[in-house]
Amino acid sequence: MSTPVLKQTPLNEHTRILGIGAYRPDVLVTNEDVCQWIDSSDEWIRQRTGIVTRHRAPADVSVIDMAEGAAREAMEKAGIEASQLGAVIVSTVTHPYATPSAAASLADRLGATPAPAFDISAACAGYCYGIAQGDALVRSGAANYVLVVGAEKLSDVIDNRERTISFLLGDGAGAVVIGPSDTPGIAPSVWGSDGSKWDAIGMTRSMLDVRDLGLAARRSDSTGDLALLEEAQELYPTLRQDGQTVFRWAVWEMAKVAQQALEAAGIQAEDLVAFIPHQANMRIIDEMVKKLKLPETVTVARDIADAGNTSAASIPLATHRLLQENPALSGGLALQIGFGAGLVFGAQVIVLP
Amino acid sequence: MASNEEILVGLAEIVNEETGLAPEAVELDKSFTEDLDIDSISMMTIVVNAEEKFGVRIPDEEVKNLKTVGDAVDFISNAQA
Repeated sequence: MSTPVLKQTPLNEHTRILGIGAYRPDVLVTNEDVCQWIDSSDEWIRQRTGIVTRHRAPADVSVIDMAEGAAREAMEKAGIEASQLGAVIVSTVTHPYATPSAAASLADRLGATPAPAFDISAACAGYCYGIAQGDALVRSGAANYVLVVGAEKLSDVIDNRERTISFLLGDGAGAVVIGPSDTPGIAPSVWGSDGSKWDAIGMTRSMLDVRDLGLAARRSDSTGDLALLEEAQELYPTLRQDGQTVFRWAVWEMAKVAQQALEAAGIQAEDLVAFIPHQANMRIIDEMVKKLKLPETVTVARDIADAGNTSAASIPLATHRLLQENPALSGGLALQIGFGAGLVFGAQVIVLP
Repeated sequence: MASNEEILVGLAEIVNEETGLAPEAVELDKSFTEDLDIDSISMMTIVVNAEEKFGVRIPDEEVKNLKTVGDAVDFISNAQA
């Protein structure tokens, strides 16, 4: 008996980003607001971070709400119906459920059911991870059109009184639709991780710590252990970072990754119309521009001044704004690079939609 | 291998590029924070660039011990030895 030959999906040779959408929540947090919580000044914050305001979402706006807003715009711009989506990917670290995923709910809201839907946990590299995934799914033929969303409500996981990271962060969502293309629109992704720096950025507690401390604190009501009760006041996990370690890694290692992404695409810095790095800190952006020796013809995304650092949402938000302010950049080549907690990183050159 | 004099000149160039301070203001007894008004982020940028220029490794935990320009010159000189 001969073994029958299996069918496999036909490949798509090329892919590109077909459309982009953004959602910016409307609560503006100024540096003056921040200075109510930490001992600082508008000048100090601007000088060290380049941030002037951040957008944050009100209590009744969720990660999924923001993702939906960005996704609807991206689909409309791409001219793609929900029923055409072959996968829905949400990159986020602030969806407040370990399961079910934000993506499954988003797919349902959009009317994309039964498209496969899953979340990616890759922090500030999440969007570039999503692009790497979406590109691979479309080229392999596993999906024809893929929705990739970066959505974060970081204001839910910060402690406004701490000084390492909270004052940098904002909320928002950006989304793109990836689909087949006649010409190459997404160059090879240079992506990776360095878990040896797992502690450099992350949450103050695990969920198991929360469970155990909560149980112990409840018992201490009867034993009167005040120290434990006090610790339990700070039960909720929030973000922290070792700023120096992260800054050095971002400037030094990420400039190399960005260079590798250019080489992988087979282009030079002069061929770019835009550089869209993760909006972590204006000083990191400035240093990367210097290290990459980008010519002045390359427009550098600096959305961070108004939006703050929005983790997985920062690159699509910055791209959306860049295209709104400079529509002529559409069709040009952009280098994008995300990097963050893990540590993880991802970079690729794309054709701007 | 660079002499301490050469390290000072190289360091002054890096500081100048990061902060705009005149290279001759970068003297051995000057404190990075007090005298040269260099903040923590600029300091990390200077450290990263010094590592590249002098081919040495300056660990994060060492950076806080580099209070003066002279401390940095000594550290780089020893690391190169």
